[in-house]
Amino acid sequence: MDLVTPAIGLVFWTVLIFLILLVLLRVFAWKPILNAVNERNESIQEALAAADKAKEEMIKLQADNEMVLKEARIERDKILKEARDLKDKTIAEAKVQAKLEAELLITSAKNAIQNEKRAAINQIKNEVANLSVLIAEKILDKELGNAADQKTLIQDMLNKTNIN
Amino acid sequence: MKRIYLFISVFFFAFTVYGTEELVSNEESHNKSDKEEAFDPTPMIMHHINDSHYWHLFDLTDKESGKVHPVSIPLPVILIYKGNLDIFLSSKFHHGETSVKKEDREYFLFHDKIYAIEETGLLLNKEHHPTNPKPWDFSITKNVASLLLSAMLLLAVFIPIARKYKKGKLVPSGLQGFLEPIVLFIKEDIAEPNIGKHNYQKFLPYLLTAFFFIWFNNMLGLIPFFPGGANLTGNIAVTMTLAFFTLVLTSKSGSKTYWGHVFTPPVPKWLWIIMIPVEIIGVLSKPFALMIRLFANITAGHIIVLSLVSLIFIFKTVWISPASIILVLFMDVLELLVALLQAYIFTLLSALFIGLAVQEHH
Repeated sequence: MDLVTPAIGLVFWTVLIFLILLVLLRVFAWKPILNAVNERNESIQEALAAADKAKEEMIKLQADNEMVLKEARIERDKILKEARDLKDKTIAEAKVQAKLEAELLITSAKNAIQNEKRAAINQIKNEVANLSVLIAEKILDKELGNAADQKTLIQDMLNKTNIN
Repeated sequence: MKRIYLFISVFFFAFTVYGTEELVSNEESHNKSDKEEAFDPTPMIMHHINDSHYWHLFDLTDKESGKVHPVSIPLPVILIYKGNLDIFLSSKFHHGETSVKKEDREYFLFHDKIYAIEETGLLLNKEHHPTNPKPWDFSITKNVASLLLSAMLLLAVFIPIARKYKKGKLVPSGLQGFLEPIVLFIKEDIAEPNIGKHNYQKFLPYLLTAFFFIWFNNMLGLIPFFPGGANLTGNIAVTMTLAFFTLVLTSKSGSKTYWGHVFTPPVPKWLWIIMIPVEIIGVLSKPFALMIRLFANITAGHIIVLSLVSLIFIFKTVWISPASIILVLFMDVLELLVALLQAYIFTLLSALFIGLAVQEHH
């Protein structure tokens, strides 16, 4: 029966000591331990989040780099293309200019030649007319009293017989 | 390697149980002054699992007279009788051989219980129990001393650990590394799921203290020599107090739903006359089960270990000792598990009962 009869003294001391122990452990052990563990958990969480963020930023940075590189490549290609185009254009323009100038030269040369030719022909015609007149005068000195009528006749005849 | 240490220490314990109890049994047989009489293990076992006013260390045999003297630490006796407070050391009783007089009051010790002597002297009834009046006994008994020691041990273990955290050693090491997972287990796997995320913080200090208090004392009870050996968590007064704390916490934090269910059960009103008492019994039986479970488990463990040791004296041959030692070894290892298991069960059920009480809805 002693075994299952609680002794009042032991109950008293157990209540007292357990409550004191509870208060002491609560203040000096459980609170600091649990707070520290919570803090540690939070710091781990933060560290993990920071690592994730850094990783993301790294990926972003890499993507940025790639983009910049790509843009640079495109720019380079563009510049090269422009240069090539400019070169081609310049050459083409130069060619056209040269051609035009050549044509102009040729035309003016031709005109000059034509003019010279025409002048020469006219001169020849005049010379021929004069000569013809002289010859005709010489030949027909006596026959043709009216020199002006004779000259008109000869001019007509010369015009009909176009030397060209 | 750790496993080997454990085995060695348990083996050592087993031998010490054997050693200590042999002396106790000698004392028992001497008291009967008949060595040939069959050894009765019951008094020895009852003496061990009950509380005492002495902390028994060992026995000395006087070589000349052949008499056995128990050597023990005397503990303070604190009595309140007829409005007077009397404090003296238990050694004044000389193991029950002499009574102690304080002014007009006289006390004597009979089977580790203190009685007051009136003018009529010692009165025994038919079962040889004294019928003398008992003073209020608030003595520092073996169990109270063990309680104080274990409380100091708990403080000595956990306060330095807490200080380690404060110093910024957030990565656990040593004892801190061993105990932190247990603390977190109680927080995350006992308190949080059973009480609920919003309420558990408030009850965590109690659950942690109860768990480590029960566990440490269970383990100290397994040590058969001085700082251990008291059957503290196998004492009904201690388990009753612990269960009472759970009852107080449960009742104090009981929600409207909880108390509504007890006093206005959802049944027709004429059934309330049956239902309300049943519900009240339900409220009380939960801590009652806690009290009995811890008490019975720990006491039973002590009784089994002592009974197995007693085999040697019952058979009166040393040849039985190997069997005894192997069985005791097995039981001690089992008791190590039970020590932890019972602390866990007490804490888990306390959390569960508190959780049921704080719940707002069904």
